[in-house]
Amino acid sequence: MIPPAAFVAMAALLFILGIIAFFVKKDLLTQFMAVEVMLNAGNLAFLALAKALGRADGQMVVLFVITVAAAEAVIGLAIIVLIFRQRRSIRTDDLKDLKG
Amino acid sequence: MAGLFWLIPLVPGLSAFVLLIFGRRLSRRWIAWQASAAVFFSFVLTTAAFARLGTARGAGLSKTLLTWIISGSFEASISFTYDELTAVMALVVTGVGFLIHVYSTAYMAEDRAYSRYFAFLNLFSFFMLVLVMASDIVLMFVGWEGVGLCSYLLIGFWFDRPAAAKAGMKAFIVNRIGDAAFIIGILFLLANVGSSTLAAINAAPASGLLGPGLVTLVAILLFVGATGKSAQVPLYVWLPDAMEGPTPVSALIHAATMVTAGVYMVCRLNGLFAASVTASAVVAWVGAITAVFAATMALVQNDIKRVLAYSTISQIGTMFIGCGVGAYAAGMFHLVTHAFFKSLLFLAAGSVIHALGGIQDMRQMGGLRKRLPVTFPVFLVGALAISGIPFLSGFFSKDAILTSAFAGGHYVIYGLGLAGAVMTAFYMFRLIYMTFYGEERAALSPGHQVHESPRAMTVPLVILAVFSALAGFAGLPVLLGERANLFGRFLGGVLGPAAHHLALSTEAALVLAATISALAGLVLAFLFYRRSPGAPARLALRFPGLYRLLLGKYYVDEVYDAAVVRPLVGGAGWVYEHFDLRVIDGALNGSAAAAGLAGKGLNILQSGLVRDYALAFLMGTIFFLGFLLL
Repeated sequence: MIPPAAFVAMAALLFILGIIAFFVKKDLLTQFMAVEVMLNAGNLAFLALAKALGRADGQMVVLFVITVAAAEAVIGLAIIVLIFRQRRSIRTDDLKDLKG
Repeated sequence: MAGLFWLIPLVPGLSAFVLLIFGRRLSRRWIAWQASAAVFFSFVLTTAAFARLGTARGAGLSKTLLTWIISGSFEASISFTYDELTAVMALVVTGVGFLIHVYSTAYMAEDRAYSRYFAFLNLFSFFMLVLVMASDIVLMFVGWEGVGLCSYLLIGFWFDRPAAAKAGMKAFIVNRIGDAAFIIGILFLLANVGSSTLAAINAAPASGLLGPGLVTLVAILLFVGATGKSAQVPLYVWLPDAMEGPTPVSALIHAATMVTAGVYMVCRLNGLFAASVTASAVVAWVGAITAVFAATMALVQNDIKRVLAYSTISQIGTMFIGCGVGAYAAGMFHLVTHAFFKSLLFLAAGSVIHALGGIQDMRQMGGLRKRLPVTFPVFLVGALAISGIPFLSGFFSKDAILTSAFAGGHYVIYGLGLAGAVMTAFYMFRLIYMTFYGEERAALSPGHQVHESPRAMTVPLVILAVFSALAGFAGLPVLLGERANLFGRFLGGVLGPAAHHLALSTEAALVLAATISALAGLVLAFLFYRRSPGAPARLALRFPGLYRLLLGKYYVDEVYDAAVVRPLVGGAGWVYEHFDLRVIDGALNGSAAAAGLAGKGLNILQSGLVRDYALAFLMGTIFFLGFLLL
């Protein structure tokens, strides 16, 4: 039996990895994947705590997150494809049209 | 029918509304009919209500339409009263008003803004009737301001003429000075009486709600308002300039009705004015001084309408003498007769101007007696009536006022009134001789024929002439018996009985004195302007200073300009330059510049890089998480 703290520690590790990847990587697609990692780190924490506390609402939230993440992935990937078609680049450093 | 008396003001009001909104689409014929019919309908209602008064004496009709101000214990309602005093004024306003509407249909026939003219004229009738019928001083003030507005609109009717636009503004601003005092007076009343009904105000001095000092103060403040509206010294300066408006307007607003609103107001609040000896004396003296002062200026004017304007000022002064010496009924009587003969004179003058194609300078007239077979006799009737020639209306009404002044022991005021009467006869016949006698001097524009006016103009003239001649018999002097004065007895319930008792021989002597003074003025005018036409010029050469003083109208306009207008305009200019431009505009521009600078500073934060934003987001999250955890 693996203790719940190990799952939470794993989730925290995944989340921090996601943050680091988001800031280190420079292309949009990889950053997008980093965001997904962070989302799933959250999912993992929810599941572990739901199991530990013996409550079902954490599991429900996870189902929601997965649904939303799916929708978000569709839209996000579509945007990335469109940006690439227009600019032939998905480097975030090139995308600074909103500079004031 | 009499129960519908509250419709009297509303019908012309509705007509004005329709004309203002749809006037441009209506035909001239329709506009003329509608405007005249609205006033005629009011006249019929007024007459019906008048007949009702005769059967139910002393009660009067009243109706409250709605209460429009409720604030604590204070209430003001839109409510109309129809008593004897209202009846007299309303009959004048609707009766004379109707005749002037009919006259206008022909006089203004060629004007571009036909519908606008009749809309304003109807609107004026509405406000004047509200003023007359209001049973509440706040509503009365609404009418008071409304007629002022219509006066402004109609003086400046031909606003593309700079003189007319300026005259309208002058009338409005001068009236505003008087109205400021009027408002302060009303506020004093509201604060102390606790009710805004005219009945409560009239009863306040007797019941002790207003102390003696306060009564005097309030009465004088209200009277200052009246000097503005009724063109008395020192606020009379706007009326001569108001002659820039169309002539029927001068007849209706600036002779017969609106300018006499001050006299009506004093009569309506006679309980207040009678309670203060000081205020009554002020009223009488201002009236007497105005009567003489304005008459002297009328002596030398050359513009036919301006002579009549100064004459109006002088005659209203005479009415105020009546009010000031306590003979309110006599003042009202002169108001009525004056409404007849002065509107007659103005309309006849309009007919002369019409005949000559717009010439108003009497030095260019002359010899029109034969050319204008209707206008001349009616003008003569008007002039005889205003001069106080026996058995015409002006004779009886002026005599009633002067007799009351004499009976009250105001001998100086009596003397001033008599002097005014002499001058009145003189300048009226100077006008007649210059306009209708002598050789023709008119320099007409080519192709223009001197012609008598159309029937729509001459018929009202004839009707007014009949009234000017005969109206006096409604108020016969006491000499013929206590019950001879129908008019005085009719108003007795509202204004109180005329309380003077003189020996019959004294009465007779006063009547004789009035007759002699009127004839003296007439004969003097005959000698100067008919017998030896060179005499006026010689006299002017003999007393050049006096002549120039009169011709320059005592330079009152110039004095006001230097003492009031220039300092005000100069002060306003200084404030504009130093306060408006520097302080207000400076504050505005400064705050705009500060916002711009702040924007530039904050601009640095907006790098456009997703990672920078994400970093800020991360930092924020860490900060708040830390804050929550610690």
